[in-house]
Amino acid sequence: MNEVLNPAETRPTGWLSPINRRRLDNFRRNRRGRWSFWIFLVLFVVTLGAEFIANDRPIIAMYKGELLVPALVNYPEAKFGGFLALTDYRNPLNYEEIEANGWMVWPPIRFSYSTVDTAVPVPFPSPPSWMMSWQENCAGLPGGLQDPFCINANMHWLGTDASGRDVLARLIYGFRISILFGLTLTIISSLVGVAAGAVQGYFGGWTDLIFQRFIEIWTSIPSLYVLLIISSVIAPSFWVLLGILLLFSWVSLVGIVRAEFLRARNFEYVNAARALGVSNATVMVRHLLPNAMVATLTFMPFILSGSVATLTSLDFLGFGLPVGSPSLGELLAQGKNNLQAPWLGITGFATISVMLTLLVFIGEAVRDAFDPRKTLR
Amino acid sequence: MSALLSIRDLYVRFGATEAVRGVSLDIDPGETVALVGESGSGKSVTALSVLKLLPYPAASHPKGAVLFKGRDLMTATDAELRQVRGSDISMIFQEPMTSLNPVHTIERQVGEILAIHRGLRANAARARTLELLAQVGITDPASRLGAYPHQLSGGQRQRVMIAMALANEPDLLIADEPTTALDVTVQAQILTLLKDLQQKLGMAMLFITHDLAIVKKIADRTCVMTEGEIVEQGPTETIFSAPRHAYTRHLIAAEPKGRPAPAASGGTIVEAQDLKIWFPIRAGLLRRTVGHVKAVDGIDISIREGETLGIVGESGSGKSTLGLALLRLVSSTGRIVFLGEDIQGKSWKAMRPLRANMQIVFQDPYGSLSPRMSVAEIIGEGLKVHARGLGTAEREARVVAALEDVGLEPADRHRYPHEFSGGQRQRIAIARAMVLSPRLLVLDEPTSALDVSIQAQIVDLLRDLQAAKGLTYLFISHDLRVVRALASRVVVMKDGRIVEEGSAVDIFERPREPYTKSLLAAALNLAVVEGGAKT
Repeated sequence: MNEVLNPAETRPTGWLSPINRRRLDNFRRNRRGRWSFWIFLVLFVVTLGAEFIANDRPIIAMYKGELLVPALVNYPEAKFGGFLALTDYRNPLNYEEIEANGWMVWPPIRFSYSTVDTAVPVPFPSPPSWMMSWQENCAGLPGGLQDPFCINANMHWLGTDASGRDVLARLIYGFRISILFGLTLTIISSLVGVAAGAVQGYFGGWTDLIFQRFIEIWTSIPSLYVLLIISSVIAPSFWVLLGILLLFSWVSLVGIVRAEFLRARNFEYVNAARALGVSNATVMVRHLLPNAMVATLTFMPFILSGSVATLTSLDFLGFGLPVGSPSLGELLAQGKNNLQAPWLGITGFATISVMLTLLVFIGEAVRDAFDPRKTLR
Repeated sequence: MSALLSIRDLYVRFGATEAVRGVSLDIDPGETVALVGESGSGKSVTALSVLKLLPYPAASHPKGAVLFKGRDLMTATDAELRQVRGSDISMIFQEPMTSLNPVHTIERQVGEILAIHRGLRANAARARTLELLAQVGITDPASRLGAYPHQLSGGQRQRVMIAMALANEPDLLIADEPTTALDVTVQAQILTLLKDLQQKLGMAMLFITHDLAIVKKIADRTCVMTEGEIVEQGPTETIFSAPRHAYTRHLIAAEPKGRPAPAASGGTIVEAQDLKIWFPIRAGLLRRTVGHVKAVDGIDISIREGETLGIVGESGSGKSTLGLALLRLVSSTGRIVFLGEDIQGKSWKAMRPLRANMQIVFQDPYGSLSPRMSVAEIIGEGLKVHARGLGTAEREARVVAALEDVGLEPADRHRYPHEFSGGQRQRIAIARAMVLSPRLLVLDEPTSALDVSIQAQIVDLLRDLQAAKGLTYLFISHDLRVVRALASRVVVMKDGRIVEEGSAVDIFERPREPYTKSLLAAALNLAVVEGGAKT
């Protein structure tokens, strides 16, 4: 009776059930998927802190004995003896004033996604800094080679776009917004899709029939044209765009979840739970949803990459995020319009293909990890 | 006389596990040898390796020889094996539905064998097919030639399988559990047919089964197998009258034994009047109802407190549907009174408080436990619904008590269903029902998916639980031996109606209806009674 008194001793260690532990092991064993996952995670976490990597303001500054955090707080220029509502820290006057009375810690890239660099000696789009000599790079700065801004952090490592904005900074912000948009869209449309599929599959009959016909009609609407029409009427913002895309993306999971529920609702353990008097909602969540989760989780990385690609293509066509937003699609469009500046197109292409490739590799690894036949090997 | 088939020291290995370890057996011409064992004993694997039908290279034979008419099949080429398969040695399998190709007609399937091994075509093949179908007892074979497998009953499909196996007059027939999927009356007919055909054609038979009653009836010699080894072999009478090996004695003793305690005459627990469950058959563009499948067709039944009511019948007789309807798990019409309360009109929600008193144990212990929940979660689920006030520790204590009641270790509650054997899983399913201390427990074929020795243990467990807790059972089964061991009253069902009803003693000793007589003869003596069920 010892084990009854000390249940903690006999409880299996870890919070994962044995099945999930086996799946995790399978995922870890897939080297390509594991590496893709870690690379993607690092890129995602790094770009989440984009303000601290590429910004036209210092991260921290000490001015006359006062510790300032310009990266997070807007200080009026009056603080440093100017008169504007916002401080331009790249302005030589402000720069020298703060340096004279304290110090500044700048991010590794001294441009934000919207910063226009007026000190570039060549017409926009300007080529990457490593394609030019220091003399050329610093020719536009007031102090020439002796200027305090004639340093690596103030160079355009990937050039500028047609408006004189740093491509690398826009890339970092654009990556972040693409992933955040994709993740939000994936999560919300999965929630809606799983709920709709679950109800259809569990109750079946007329509910199922009516919903299925509705989805058939709904999916036959050409969604791209609807998107184009709506976004030409409503000014597209992040959330408006999300809402419009959501209208059409939630159906992608309904079919699989519905099929899983239809299959599993006649399982004996589901019948046993019903015989115990467990409510419909609980049966669906506790007994049926785990069956459907395998299919859902397997599909999720692919839905994510699909969402990212949709946003990029809308941006490319000019119907996406508002003008001036950092976006990969807009970068591609600029590359198309400026064929004399191949760094624009190449950068955009490389970023999008790496991102989508990583997502597909992760998706494959997840799919294989959930495949019960794989575990026999 | 030299042996027809001689298996010498055969080993079969799957990956790292040895499924068969050093099996040797001889079959003489015209002889029937039975290979008996429980699931996982390696009996089917032995039979399949005779014709090298195992999934190679996943399976391998590290050692051993299979001599057929003096030739070693282990070293034979594929072409030589194809000559032997279906011609000199043929097989019939357990599942007649999946052994026949569903998209081909009967004529084509039987004709294919004739074409391959005999080169018979068109009219010659058709004549031989008709002859074979008549031989295996299919009535009006000419009209059956164009039939597809789904248009035949289970017994007829098995007869077609036998016709295909006999098409080339083999010297040896390997029958791998040929009657396990069939109803008892059909099983008796198929066994009689096999025995007749064997005598007529003078072929030898290797009969694989887990059912000792069949062995006793059909086999000249018996080999008892367990864990990949033959532990005892000899003439069937000797094996049964004087078993030498402990496992054989265990197997013979494993028949469900004992008789139910006399039923306490308590009040009525559940009562149903004119209970009907009709499933509509819809046809046409507008899906009009053109008729009904009458699963249960006007049944009056009452169960008294403390008794075990056995419901017996063949598949499709509506016995399981009846059990589900009494618990309001399928919709029905007619009056159902449970503990003095009319429950027929109650909503799902209004039924919920009553469900603690009416529980069910299902047939398949592999399907009835959620694979993603630990045993403690599975057993505790009902408590979460019916005893909401219970704290975690109290719930844990009740789960432990339920596990101890069904003879499992309390420490097992943190493990998952896949770590348990079939019998243990069925105990978990019983514990899940018992933890709510129900008044009525419906047992829907709880022993059918289990090995015989496990069956006997579960029967004993159920009888002990009933004695200890004063439970009322509704025991649904097609296995009359198990019913005889448990039920105090028996209802015989056929086509949704009650054929005969009475005390267990009356039904088993003095059956009145011809259907009951044929059912009993088939189940208990494997005999065919005229006027009984037809395949």
